[in-house]
Amino acid sequence: MSYLGILDADLPDLLKTMYHIRAFEEKVDELFMQGAIHGTTHLSIGEEAVPTGALHALRSDDYITSTHRGHGHCIAKGADLNLMMAELLGRESGYCRGRGGSMHIADVDAGNIGANGIVGGGIPIAVGVGLSIHMQQQARVCLCFFGDGAANEGTFHEAINLCSIWRLPVIFLCENNQYGMSMSAKLSMHVASVADRAIAYGIPGESVDGNDVFAVHHAVWQAAERARAGQGPTLIEARTYRYKGHSKSDQNRYRTRAEIDDWRARDPIVIFTEVVRARGVLAPGADTQVRANAYADIEAAYAFALASPEPQVADLLEGVYA
Amino acid sequence: MATVQVSETALSANDAALTTEMTYAEAIRDALKLEMRRDERIFLLGEDIGIYGGAFAVTRGLFEEFGAERVRDTPISEAAIAGAAIGAALTGMRPVAEIQFSDFMALTMDQLVNQAAKIRYMFGGKAKVPLVMRTPLGSGTGAAAQHSQSLEAWFAHVPGLKVVMPSSPADAKGLLIAAIRDDNPVVFFEHKLLYRVKAAVPTGSYVTPLSQSAVKRAGQDVTVVAFSIMVPRALAAAQRLADEGIDVEVIDPRTLRPLDDTPILESVKKTGKVVIVHEAVGSGGFGGEIAARITESDAFHYLDAPVRRLVGAEVPIPFNPNLERAAVPQEDDIVTAVRRLVREGR
Repeated sequence: MSYLGILDADLPDLLKTMYHIRAFEEKVDELFMQGAIHGTTHLSIGEEAVPTGALHALRSDDYITSTHRGHGHCIAKGADLNLMMAELLGRESGYCRGRGGSMHIADVDAGNIGANGIVGGGIPIAVGVGLSIHMQQQARVCLCFFGDGAANEGTFHEAINLCSIWRLPVIFLCENNQYGMSMSAKLSMHVASVADRAIAYGIPGESVDGNDVFAVHHAVWQAAERARAGQGPTLIEARTYRYKGHSKSDQNRYRTRAEIDDWRARDPIVIFTEVVRARGVLAPGADTQVRANAYADIEAAYAFALASPEPQVADLLEGVYA
Repeated sequence: MATVQVSETALSANDAALTTEMTYAEAIRDALKLEMRRDERIFLLGEDIGIYGGAFAVTRGLFEEFGAERVRDTPISEAAIAGAAIGAALTGMRPVAEIQFSDFMALTMDQLVNQAAKIRYMFGGKAKVPLVMRTPLGSGTGAAAQHSQSLEAWFAHVPGLKVVMPSSPADAKGLLIAAIRDDNPVVFFEHKLLYRVKAAVPTGSYVTPLSQSAVKRAGQDVTVVAFSIMVPRALAAAQRLADEGIDVEVIDPRTLRPLDDTPILESVKKTGKVVIVHEAVGSGGFGGEIAARITESDAFHYLDAPVRRLVGAEVPIPFNPNLERAAVPQEDDIVTAVRRLVREGR
């Protein structure tokens, strides 16, 4: 049995992924508040449906490029929560051995080409990954996450144009969370949707409800089918919202409480849970157990990170060159 | 290509005993051709490098041999060229990108500096970015301020990048082969005025190792450290100074980052006098780094005179040919600077 293109049997796992993302972000938020993590961080609470739906539409050996708000992408790609949390705590056991932190988590061998601290920085790299797939005649695709802010960077234009003329297997997925830091997408673009820009490159463009796992999944699945068939890239906009500020310095002066509440009323996990309940794939009350297990997994990841050693200062210079 | 083919070839210059006269541009083309025949993962991308053969004709004929898949003409999109090279390099390919003029490297800076250079380190040493960005630099062609700069110091400032500046056809070929086989992002600066310079180049494949400075002329009285176009100018100056009884040693670092400074320091200890020559503007230029390496080392105690820099003027490169020549060190300037340092100690 399936519903809107997703097998019923897969629904509990997707719910788990969404809770993992939310629990991870909430834990990171808490740790920053306590001063237990240094630096800065960008949380994706409220945006969980986008990576959850998108990655479910792909195969495990497909690639992703990610953004500064990338924890959810990593988790949905199947990252090890322990290694992620260890990275945020700057530990040697982390994905980047404590050298990268929140904005640079990557696992290239597993297909995660990496988060990126530069807005729009990953878009041309995704095209290169697509080129590599094409030249090696692989059946893979590359899913390129970026935000509404990145859609106004020059790299967006250069990269999507290049990808279009070469018909490379890349899916450009814009997470439009309505703000580039404080700048509203309504004020930073003169089009209604980032997807409208697809026409400029002669590729398909589609705007979907980014709080709906099924809508995101369907759009990405279609794009992946096209990409694997040699029909080139697709531009998808997923409309969503971040509940938390841009980063820890954000005081939310540019938006209203009412706006935040409106989006919270359409919470992606609540919406998805209703579908899971309606499909009857979980015993009554079992979704709360999924939630509880996910939060427990994050606590275990935190314990793993705390117990992990810090990098040795003597190793400071190691790893600059191959 | 379904599966990647890499054939083994000789890695030593000793195996390439025969030489052929060829230009610097031909030597670079030869390196590209030999490497592309050896390893199917290597491909070229850039503006007008296909049927046109490149703005300086360096890639001429490669499109005909390797086809449009491996000699990829791109739109005028430097950031996308750089980014595409990075993404491909991260996932099993070995791209060689051409940026038509090194001034346009400014358009690639985020991709090169924030991405390519940092990826390995910030990913904990778990990824590699084996790419080469070839690009012509330098003045002397009347192309004026936006097509004539020498910006190598920008890149030499960035850990994670390698910066190579060959001064002869033989070095260009061997260093480019080394750069292509290196697992790091390498910026390979070719001087436009050197493209037509002809000299003996070993035939076949050989590697001139990166980060290995070369003594281009042995001498006893004064050290000249020069790279790129300044090497042939320094050698010509040294020839003239020899007639005056001044015995000049010319050291060419060839790779600026990571810099092999030992031959420079050893030479200074021997001669006690050093002139550092480069075309780039002096302030913030790489000559300052070389001077600092000398004065921070025990070579300082051997100096008989202050370290002298002979560098580009603090101006954008002008169009007028007389002004253009005056903006960068010429052979006569090197002769004068070295003579004065030796005779007057300043």
